Order: sequence, then C-alpha cells, then structure tokens
Amino acid sequence: MSFASDVLAATLRNSTPLLYGTVGETYCERAGILNLGIEGTMYASAFFGFLVAYTSGSLLLGLAAAVAVGVLAGALMGLLTVTFGTNHHVAGLGLTLFLIGTAEFANRLHFRGEQALATIDPFKLWDFLGVEILAQYALTYVGFLVIVPLAWWVLMRSSLGLNIRAVGENPEAADAAGVSVARTRYLALMIGGGLMGVGGAFFTLAALGSFTLDIIAGRGWVCIALVIFGRWRIGRGVLGALLFAFVYALQLRLRLIPELAGVPFELLLALPYVAVIAALAVSGRNVAYPGAYLKPYRRA
Amino acid sequence: MIRVRLEQRAAPARWFGVVVAPVAIVVTFALTIGFVLAAGASPLDAYNQFLVEPLTSRYTALEVLVAATPLLFTGAAVAIAFRSGFWNIGAEGQLLLGAVAATWVATTFVGGLPRAAAIPLVIAFGAAGGAAWALVPALLRVRLGIDEVVTTLLLNPVGLLVVTGLLNGPWRNPETMFPESERIATSAELPPIVGAESRLHLGFVIAIALIVVAWFVFGRTATGLRLRAAGLSPEAAGFAGIRVGRLLLGAALVSGAIAGIAGASEVMGIQYRLTDGFSAGFGYTGIVVATLGGLSMPGVVLAALFLGDLVVGSTSAGRELGVPSQLADIVQGALLLVMVSLLLLRRYRVSFRRAT
Repeated sequence: MSFASDVLAATLRNSTPLLYGTVGETYCERAGILNLGIEGTMYASAFFGFLVAYTSGSLLLGLAAAVAVGVLAGALMGLLTVTFGTNHHVAGLGLTLFLIGTAEFANRLHFRGEQALATIDPFKLWDFLGVEILAQYALTYVGFLVIVPLAWWVLMRSSLGLNIRAVGENPEAADAAGVSVARTRYLALMIGGGLMGVGGAFFTLAALGSFTLDIIAGRGWVCIALVIFGRWRIGRGVLGALLFAFVYALQLRLRLIPELAGVPFELLLALPYVAVIAALAVSGRNVAYPGAYLKPYRRA
Repeated sequence: MIRVRLEQRAAPARWFGVVVAPVAIVVTFALTIGFVLAAGASPLDAYNQFLVEPLTSRYTALEVLVAATPLLFTGAAVAIAFRSGFWNIGAEGQLLLGAVAATWVATTFVGGLPRAAAIPLVIAFGAAGGAAWALVPALLRVRLGIDEVVTTLLLNPVGLLVVTGLLNGPWRNPETMFPESERIATSAELPPIVGAESRLHLGFVIAIALIVVAWFVFGRTATGLRLRAAGLSPEAAGFAGIRVGRLLLGAALVSGAIAGIAGASEVMGIQYRLTDGFSAGFGYTGIVVATLGGLSMPGVVLAALFLGDLVVGSTSAGRELGVPSQLADIVQGALLLVMVSLLLLRRYRVSFRRAT
C-alpha cells in the first residue's frame, strides 16, 4: 500500500463523523440556533448506539437508537431555545454536560463490575472494488454520496430548506409569510440532531466496536468550527471536515517517522485542532452569521 | 373560573434572584429522580446522601470546602468573562495550562526559595499559563472578530493533550514510570489550614480573597462599571467612549489567569504533582457555578459550596447506595438547563384573574 492512498483512505474514513456532525450543525445554525449540545449529542449517541447494538446484537438497531437519541437531544434543545427562549450558549453546554453525564451514568450502571472492555463486531469495510481508497464503511459512502447531496438539495432547493433558512435569517418575515418559526426550528434541530447521532455512532459501531470515555474528544466542537469555516454552506463545511481529517491522518503517519520518535504522540494529536483554529483565523474573519443567529423569536 | 396568565413586568422582581436558585435545585432533583430509580435506590436516601450526609461530620464538611476550592476559582473566572461579554468556555483548558506552568516552575526553580517567595511565584506562573491559553482566543476575537466560543472550546481538548503528552513523555515520573510528574518542591506546597487531618489548604483562602477583590472591582470601581457596560451592550459602551476591545482583552486575560490559578492550586494544595485527570471538568463546572450564582460574586461562593457538597455527596452515594457518582454530572447539566430556563421568568409575573 502506498503512503498517499493510505493517507487518503484514512482521510475519507476520519472525515465521516465530522461530515455528519457538520451537516447536522449547519441545519441547526441555518435555522438560527447555535447547538453547542453537539458534543454531548455525539457522545450519548455513540454510547446508546453501542449499548443497543451490544444487547440486541444488531448494528442497524444500534444505529437507529443513535439517531433516536440525536433527534431527542435536538428536540430538547428546541424546548430550551425555541419554546423557552434561553441563551443558546448556556443551553447547549448544559445539554452537553447532561448528555455526557447520562451516557457515563448508564455506562457505569450497565457494565458495572465487568473487567474487560465490552466489544461488538463492528460494521465491515466495503472492499468490493479492491481499490484501497475505496475500501470504506457504508456510513462513509452514504455520507458522501447520499447525505451531502440530499442535505444540500433539501436546504437550498426544497421548500423546507427555504423555510429553515428563512426562520434563521428573518423570522418576522417568515412568520408573516405563514411559516411556523417554532415548528421549523424544532424540525431543523431534530434533523441536525439525528445526523449528529449518526456521527457519534460511527465511532462505536464502525471505527472502534467499543465505547471509551474519551471517544468524542472535542470533535463536536470541531464541527462547530467547521460550520463557521464553511460559512454555513454544506459543501464548504464538508471540505473543512476533509481538511481536518487529512491533518489527522497525516499526524498518525508522522508518528512513524524515526526522527519524530521523541515527540509525544499527544502533541501531534493536537495538530488538527490547532489547524482548525488557524483555518478559522484565516477564513473566519468578518463572516456573515445567519441573521437571526442566537436570537429567540417572539411575536411582537 | 380563574385564568392563570403570565404577564410582563417592567423590572425584574427584587426577590427573584434570591428565590430562583433554590427553586432550580428542587426542580432539578425532581427531574432527575428517574436516574436514581434506575440505579435501584430510593430517591430520598440518595438525596440525603448527596446533600445532607457530607455536612454531618467535620471531615466531610471540610471536604466540601476542598471540593469547592477549584470551583470558586473557575466560577469566578467564568462569571467575570460572561459579565464582560467575553464568552469564555475555555476555563478547563486554561486551568490545565495553569497547572502545567505551575508544575514546571515548582519542580525546577523554587527548591531553594522560602515558602513566602515560592508560593506567590508558582501561583503567578499558574496565572500566566491560564492567561496565555486565553490570549489567542481573546486576540482573535478583538482583532479579527472571530467567535471566542469556538476557539476557547477547541483549546480545551488541546490543553488536555498537552498535559497527557507531557506526562507520557518528558515529564513521566522516572521512578514509578506512572504518567505523573515528579513531586513539587516542599516550599511550593500550599499548607493545610485547619490541621493535618483535613486536606483543606491555603488555596481556599486565596480563592475567597480573589472573589472579594473581584466583587469590589465589579461593584465599586469605574473599571467594573465599564466592564458591566461592555457586557450589557458593547455598542452603547463604545458610544460612551469605552474602549471595548481593550477591556474585553483584559477581562479575558484575567478570567484565564484565575482559571489558571485553579489548576495551580490543585497541584500545590492537593496533588503535589501534575497527574492526568486531576481536573474532574472543573472548568466546565465553573460555567454551572457562574450561572447558578447569577454571575454575581456572592452567588458564585454559594453555588461553589453547593456543588462542592454535591460532589462529595456523590462519592459517598456511589459507595453506600450503588448510585454511580456520575449522577453528579447529570445533576450539574440539568441544573444549568433548569436555571437558565427559570431565569426567563424574571421578567414575568403570574396573575390570577377571574374570567369574564
């Protein structure tokens, strides 16, 4: 296997959860809601998806559970920010703390006293073409070939997408035109949450086949940054996800270089996060946020 | 028939700030009963273990203060930033870098120094480490207009990687080969303040002193007024001739410095070395503390003491009742959500009218 195809294959693989998370967050933010609950949503979906797959023996059932957790988390975020009209930052962080706590609580309760790490047989790579770069999980194929075009089409070409963008830019006008601001925002949050759920489940059901406590490790925050980097466009956001995943794949290979043997791998692992901040510093200047970003809507 | 309605108030009721936090606590416990039941325990027993039991013995009551110490620092750090309009969600990373900077100086330079010189020096390094970690997001925000929420959040996992990288690499304890630094110099240790039988250390006093200073600055000085003005409305503050950018930068650095001292205090007063996982998310809990305390300094003290109680209680509840101690994390998150929802009622009153 060549170095280049190895890195490219890993890039596609590693970008998959970020793709789902970034597209999901884009839907929330286009509707005007900053969803900082993404980190907790991915975490809880990763765990409960794993738990259901582990107990039922069905990966697809696990995936469905992860989506359900994500949709529920989105609805909860809707209750807080749309119905109650709370501050998005605090609501999202509270949701993340709550969901991470819930997942760890359930993890402890269910796997109490077990010595070995519980594992499942994860999704297999599709290797039908014999080309290394194309040996990917079904979730990666679905993400790039179905979800991204579909999410773009719905957001930019369908009436639902128009409504989502309208309530995020100018809720007063949307309301006057007969669009239910609350219902549209709930819907965007639930669609976004479901996608985040798939992103979280990718780790436990595909990449690892087990659940560990640091499984998301700030990748939800990365998605938040990628949405800004992508200027709330699906395509640019996915490009950002590929860039992050590329740096991530690269640092994994850097560890194998003898000259870098003395550098702790954690410092290399920090590289992609630093790269995202640098990318934001370069391209995140004076970006135009959605018009009603962070603003609760109340009829006057 | 009587109709119940929510009506807007002109100004928030005075009693509201006093009542809302206890109400939020009661509502949160009611909402989280399901988790206690899922663990097979009685809710009353669990909440007794959680909240009352820690206060029934001298040792555990002092442990509540020990647990509250880092939360006093991080709660104050977050409250200062939020009130000034800088959304610092990076107290966790700043705390970790503060601990790294403090450990570095406390294991290298201060060996020969007397305690009175060593302790302030190490704390200053902790503050500098935390402030340095807040500097990049603050500059990006003030100079380039890049959202500080994202950058401070992203630096949290990076801070954790710096700690584990150091502990698995150059700082690994050469004797035990554990991922922990060597022990800090004795002169850099924060001494216990109520005798050797409790872990309560000087850091608690420093935290309270810092909070008193912050309270004075915010409430009684022109700088405090400017900060609050910048937090309430940056545009209006700018029109009034306040240099909002410089002020925000200052507030962000002070916030980062205080979070950094939280890390230094844990290393100097509890661990005596840098370990991985010494911070149980103290930086994130600081956000809960600051919100629960209404972003006021007296409120931060009360909220930190309450959450300290919760943390100590959750450990004994885990031992005694088999309720996983992560229930404390659930309660913290739920408390934040309930609190921020209840705060909206501040501008409303409930009216009971006879329908006509």
